Amino acid sequence: MGAITVSGLGKAYKQYPTRWSRLAEWLSPSAAPRHRLHWILRDIDFHVAAGEAVGLIGINGAGKSTLLKLISGTSQPSTGSVHMEGRVAALLELGMGFHPDFSGRQNVYMAGQLLGLRIDEISELMPSIEAFAEIGDYIDQPVRVYSSGMQMRLAFSVATARRPDILIVDEALSVGDTYFQHKSFERIRQYRRAGTTLLLVSHDKQAIQSVCDRAILLDGGRVARQGPPEEVMDYYNALIADRENAQLRTTAHADGKVQTISGTGEATVSAIALFDADGAAVEVVDVGADVTLQVTVTAHAAIPRMVLGYMIKDRLGQTMYGTNTDLQQMPLADVAAGRQVVYRFRFPMNLGAGSYSVATAIVSTDTHLVNNYEWRDLALVFTVVNMRRPHFEGCAWIEPVIEITHP
Amino acid sequence: MSAMLRALWGCRGFVLGSVRREFQSKYRNTMLGAAWTVLNPLAMIVVYTVIFSQVMRNRLPGSESGLSYSIYLCAGVLTWGLFAEIVGRAQSMFIEQANLIKKISFPRIALPVIVVLNAGLNFAIIFGLFTGFLIVSGHFPGWVFLAIVPVLLLQVAFAIGLGLVLGVLNVFFRDIGQFFAIFIQFWFWFTPVVYPVAILPDAIRALLVWNPLAAMVMAYQSVLVYGRGPDWASLAPAFIAAVLLCLLGLRLFRRRVGEMVDEL
Repeated sequence: MGAITVSGLGKAYKQYPTRWSRLAEWLSPSAAPRHRLHWILRDIDFHVAAGEAVGLIGINGAGKSTLLKLISGTSQPSTGSVHMEGRVAALLELGMGFHPDFSGRQNVYMAGQLLGLRIDEISELMPSIEAFAEIGDYIDQPVRVYSSGMQMRLAFSVATARRPDILIVDEALSVGDTYFQHKSFERIRQYRRAGTTLLLVSHDKQAIQSVCDRAILLDGGRVARQGPPEEVMDYYNALIADRENAQLRTTAHADGKVQTISGTGEATVSAIALFDADGAAVEVVDVGADVTLQVTVTAHAAIPRMVLGYMIKDRLGQTMYGTNTDLQQMPLADVAAGRQVVYRFRFPMNLGAGSYSVATAIVSTDTHLVNNYEWRDLALVFTVVNMRRPHFEGCAWIEPVIEITHP
Repeated sequence: MSAMLRALWGCRGFVLGSVRREFQSKYRNTMLGAAWTVLNPLAMIVVYTVIFSQVMRNRLPGSESGLSYSIYLCAGVLTWGLFAEIVGRAQSMFIEQANLIKKISFPRIALPVIVVLNAGLNFAIIFGLFTGFLIVSGHFPGWVFLAIVPVLLLQVAFAIGLGLVLGVLNVFFRDIGQFFAIFIQFWFWFTPVVYPVAILPDAIRALLVWNPLAAMVMAYQSVLVYGRGPDWASLAPAFIAAVLLCLLGLRLFRRRVGEMVDEL
């Protein structure tokens, strides 16, 4: 119970040049098709063993949601097949088709019936559903007055009221607040331990890496890579970074100047990478790991005084830490044109789990307002994951030594 | 086919729940609530009775009773209402439930069943009232009344067959819904609901053979107004049409149900 086998799965949408073409095609079945096939997914093959947790990742438009729809049976594949064993609960999109005019309670009955539960079973589960959703008196209010978070809470509570053999979760969970996200992940973990197969779509690297045994990366409608979450995540990050750079390059060509890279260009960052203690380039770093940020600067003109600064920002753009070689009293004087300078910043990654970016600045003093040779946002993107430490909150790793006395 | 029935049986809870919810939702946020289910059709019967039999003094040719025209009218209007409700709801059911269809995997064949049950429930209420009125006013036709049951079944089959065909087509060609809204008005006046068939010129009356609804409506009128059993032979074309429409509807539905989800 609980295995999923996907073989040769493909999905194409029919595109007709005009509204009349479909009619023409229907009425003359012998004639050649008048539509073009627009392939969203192609040649998807994978097997999820019972009790396994698999994360599905990929950029927007990679086909993740379409794949989940095919697996859950909402939409029918154009080629190939999906085979599943056991009871499936799919939390595809927000609200699970709740009817806005009915109360939460009535919608629970409707959604429960669609999940194959009987009325008396739902009545029995009702108290636990209410308790888990924690929406209080709203349960008897029409769903239209719910916030999106409340709808999600209720939908998740119903879908997981009874442990399914297979649980399919789309990005719906990201709507909830952190408290509920944790609560729902706790429930997912608990079901996992009890043997539920999990298929999870998320952009949240942490979620994938902490819950899943395996990750599948979709790119352009095909399986680009599958394997251990860390490895696939690394590959995914590289893919994103590549895309970001490519975008930068295109904008640079388009109008000669790039928004995120400003400056006179007399000196530029020609390479930037993060290395772990063993000297291997990494994109995913464990909390507290020793890393080296290596920045190679190329001078395109003679620079009388060169200062390199960097800032580490979280995904919201808040600066976690920033410094420069002027503040550290290590400015370089008279850098000749054509010279390359390699900076290595060694530090322990004392940051909380999350996605971070590095911005660099090549200037002449301690600010970029005097001579701004180059300012480069998102020069490097990396992810911090908590692999070895006990779970903690926040974006900094400040490990305490705990002493408890009983005076 | 049997797989479809099994799937339908599997989601019977959802079907019955949907029927109940839809029934409730009509009178949601009203203060009188369920009373409206009775008041609405009751008002309609009263209007037809008072306006046509008392105010306009319409009489059916060859009938003495002052109420006979009202009964004639109700026999046609109520059953036409059942037909129009099933076809009208069915032709838009997939579009209206797009939200559900796209998000949740359930047997789609449940939707036409819900439409039929809902329309049947509404019809049962109003027809029950009408039957009560017949009994009270002493116009109940007796045992022959039971003859309308097979006619009703035939009419429902015809309506849902047609509705299913239109419903599937409407997903792909939205003109169908617009067109049918106009078409059904002409259809209504081409059916002897308001007027007795006798007033039609012979040339037009001959054309009524091609209108399956005319035969069915006349069967009801024959039972309820004149207390005579229906002319079963006249229902044969309607029966054939109903069977063909149901087969066509199911075939179309099964062939296009997957594509439908992509189109919504």
